[in-house]
Amino acid sequence: MTVHNLYLFDRNGVCLHYSEWHRKKQAGIPKEEEYKLMYGMLFSIRSFVSKMSPLDMKDGFLAFQTSRYKLHYYETPTGIKVVMNTDLGVGPIRDVLHHIYSALYVELVVKNPLCPLGQTVQSELFRSRLDSYVRSLPFFSARAG
Amino acid sequence: MAIFSVFVVNKAGGLIYQLDSYAPRAEAEKTFSYPLDLLLKLHDERVLVAFGQRDGIRVGHAVLAINGVDVSGKYTADGKEVLEYLGNPANYPVSIRFGRPRLTSNEKLMLASMFHSLFAIGSQLSPEQGSSGIEMLETDTFKLHCFQTLTGIKFVVLADPRQAGIDSLLRKIYEIYSDFALKNPFYSLEMPIRYVIPLPRFWSKPPCSPSLCVFPQCHFEV
Repeated sequence: MTVHNLYLFDRNGVCLHYSEWHRKKQAGIPKEEEYKLMYGMLFSIRSFVSKMSPLDMKDGFLAFQTSRYKLHYYETPTGIKVVMNTDLGVGPIRDVLHHIYSALYVELVVKNPLCPLGQTVQSELFRSRLDSYVRSLPFFSARAG
Repeated sequence: MAIFSVFVVNKAGGLIYQLDSYAPRAEAEKTFSYPLDLLLKLHDERVLVAFGQRDGIRVGHAVLAINGVDVSGKYTADGKEVLEYLGNPANYPVSIRFGRPRLTSNEKLMLASMFHSLFAIGSQLSPEQGSSGIEMLETDTFKLHCFQTLTGIKFVVLADPRQAGIDSLLRKIYEIYSDFALKNPFYSLEMPIRYVIPLPRFWSKPPCSPSLCVFPQCHFEV
């Protein structure tokens, strides 16, 4: 079990934060383009899912998996999107993504007057706390390099 | 526990077969007096609730029937325009049924090709080498399972999130597709599957089981 990478988007599609741990393959396009592609895919999945759903949805899109990885998605009512890619063995991690939003993003970025909203997060404190939180997760394994 | 629908998408992203097997209905019918305390608007040729969520009627729900007469698009079955009819005080009280808008066949075509591209992007953004596209997509109301064959055809099943055994169903659908679409000499590849296969008279039992089979034409007796 391992965590590959994490994206944080705001409601306008700006990538607020990106970090990676055990990522074995790059998308082969510049990072900025990759963020746009990821946000565009999530945006389309959201609209796809809301049209396909046989019932009214509450949480909406939660996760998808391919043969090699699983993408977990969490969206707040304000439109902040937390996306984490892990391997297939990881179960539902809504609470983990919610913790990243509520205990890290809100506490260290939203409540920090020196962090302008709607731009890439520059705070070193946020970066290091997020890194140590993800490394402390039970499904984060250090073995995979 | 149920299977909601099945889609077969060809390698170019075109929808070639679609089946709705079961749709749980979230509908609400209420009698209204003039003036209507909901705001309706026309969106994509449908009359949708824009404001005034109440009693099971939610924003985004469509007008499905008025006084028991079905509504298709912005007209009722007897040819009256919905918004005009509901704007006239003489027609009240009216009973209106609301529910989630049903997908039109055009929308199904569009959604199928949309999934085709999402599938490709899903594999491009993979953090690991050699990933396939989206195989399972999870939401709180349904799970979408997709199986892509070596020749690029995608079989997509929408099912209840707790429904098990979808993988074997997808393989079974592939088998039925190979037996009853591909082996049919009148079927042209990549085209919509719309032939009713006349089974030989002596073949009273199709090779697939009727309870699992999603192609009703397999179970016609000639």
